[in-house]
Amino acid sequence: MATGKLNPNHYPAQRAAKVVQHYLNTRYGSPYRVFFLHRVHSGNAEDVADSGRKYQLEISVQDLISTNTEKCSAEVLFPGGEQQRSPHVQASCEELRKIDTKAQEEALYQQYKTNPSLLAAHLPDSYGHINPEMKPFWHLGAVASSFIMLNESTENTLFNMAQVANVTQLATENDQLRFDYHILLHEMVSQDIIHWKLQVSWSPSGGVKVLQMEQLPHCHHCEKPPNTN
Amino acid sequence: MKGLLAFFALFVAVLGKETFDGSFGLNNVWMGVTDVAVPVDVRVPFHSLQSIKIYLETQDIEYSIMIEDLQVMLDEEREEMEAAARVPQPRGTDSFDFSRYHTIDEIYSFQDMLVAENPNLVSKIVIGHSYEGRSLNVLKFSTGGTSRPAIWIDTGIHSREWVTQASGTWFAKKIVTDYGRDPALTNILDKMDIFLEIVTNPDGYHFTHNNNRMWRKTRKPNPGSRCDGVDPNRNWDAGFGGPGASGNPCSETYRGPKAHSESEVKSIVDFVKSHGNFKAFISIHSYSQMLLYPYGYTRTPVRDRDELHALAKKAITDLASLYGTRYKYGSIINTIYQASGGTIDWTYNQGIKYSYTFELRDTGRYGFVLPANQIIPTAEETWLALMAIMNHTVRNPY
Repeated sequence: MATGKLNPNHYPAQRAAKVVQHYLNTRYGSPYRVFFLHRVHSGNAEDVADSGRKYQLEISVQDLISTNTEKCSAEVLFPGGEQQRSPHVQASCEELRKIDTKAQEEALYQQYKTNPSLLAAHLPDSYGHINPEMKPFWHLGAVASSFIMLNESTENTLFNMAQVANVTQLATENDQLRFDYHILLHEMVSQDIIHWKLQVSWSPSGGVKVLQMEQLPHCHHCEKPPNTN
Repeated sequence: MKGLLAFFALFVAVLGKETFDGSFGLNNVWMGVTDVAVPVDVRVPFHSLQSIKIYLETQDIEYSIMIEDLQVMLDEEREEMEAAARVPQPRGTDSFDFSRYHTIDEIYSFQDMLVAENPNLVSKIVIGHSYEGRSLNVLKFSTGGTSRPAIWIDTGIHSREWVTQASGTWFAKKIVTDYGRDPALTNILDKMDIFLEIVTNPDGYHFTHNNNRMWRKTRKPNPGSRCDGVDPNRNWDAGFGGPGASGNPCSETYRGPKAHSESEVKSIVDFVKSHGNFKAFISIHSYSQMLLYPYGYTRTPVRDRDELHALAKKAITDLASLYGTRYKYGSIINTIYQASGGTIDWTYNQGIKYSYTFELRDTGRYGFVLPANQIIPTAEETWLALMAIMNHTVRNPY
């Protein structure tokens, strides 16, 4: 395993930095705020006796919606041990809260609160297209996926959300909008496409929460019939 | 029979086009018995559905429903085929829409039109056939000579990487447009031939349009397994069998039963060996925005590492000059992951020094489903990198 000063463009630092992206989305993400790893500036890795491996990173992340980039310092600990456990992340970034998305979030919330009727599939579709009105739900899917991707990440994985297969709105509960998501994740090292079902809640004040999650088995006969792409 | 676990997958035809006589004939079995604990797929006429379900349940046989109503699927497919037949075909490559993703038929028509429009520059060679019998087409761009030193470019070896086939189509048109106009490209073609295989995995590509947008591998079934396909970029005879590929047919990186088992790979191997004069070999994938040189299967650096590294740096600098797209570069094993049985490891070991793999846009925001409005910008910037590599190749004969 790479130890000491890391080449920021090689995969060890890149994989650890990706974990920071997932972490930031779970903490700060919303239908109008999604972070993406922009660059790794520097990185260092060390073995932590009996505890695993610790990475220290200087990275930049980009807010996909405002396109602003922020610098962050982060530490990622991949726990050792026989059972695979989730990494621990600490991160501090320059100005994460700067852009005000309150008005847009409130508008979206009100629009979907009283008449929970959202139903959409294939975000994006096969051709990379997403209807503009659906984009906030694509973003919400990405943020919800980040909880899974954070949990599942190791030094030997690199996760991205490949596609929202479908999203259905459920009844609003406790003033939180609720959704059932079927999401496809792409893991770069195995090249696997992994299916997850998530129940997600969101409100501007409550943030994004994943209430239930279930990995779907790798179903080799689960090819979509024609016309659903 | 309690020890025998069999799983059934059912699908139901309602008002099917064939007649059903009520008995469960062998023509209703779509995937037959191969092994214990390997599922069987059957088609169930609607009037038999309840009795079949009751039978399976009382026998403790697990089943799942793959397709609720086959007739609906057939009707939709018929509609789609009729709609496709109504779409006007472009009359020539000048009216081909490069900013959209195309079906395999559209790309194959494009290839034939390009040859017809440029008979003195372009020809089509069928180097073999895919597992399902589709022709493996290579466009040869040549201004003459006999077995001139040559450059190979392939796109679409992994079928879900749609921006690559789309870019390959654009490269084909770019070459014929620039010959005689762009001094650098003209110089290259006056001394070397260019071979371009646009749909390197046609069965997979067809499958991504009609069944599963995320399909990567070939479509050859694996005996004794539910899972189909071999990863054509783990099937080459370079480090074959070692770490960096899977021996499990269900894996996306399954190496196959032996090196070059896939006709899609073997056809290129045979073509390259019999040609004998390739000087550059570029295999194009997506996504990650990387330009990679060998090796993937070992950390041992290639002998030409310094030259390949410097050329990669030049190529990605040129690429970035157009739209600012940032690429990482380095050996496969250092930059992205260990991978054995890879294309350019084999081509490098054959003596083709300038062996490179591209991973095109993006870095995961859209991933494989890159918006079509990024096709042309991606192709344009990648072309600059390809020109850097081809220029260096023509200026540094070996």
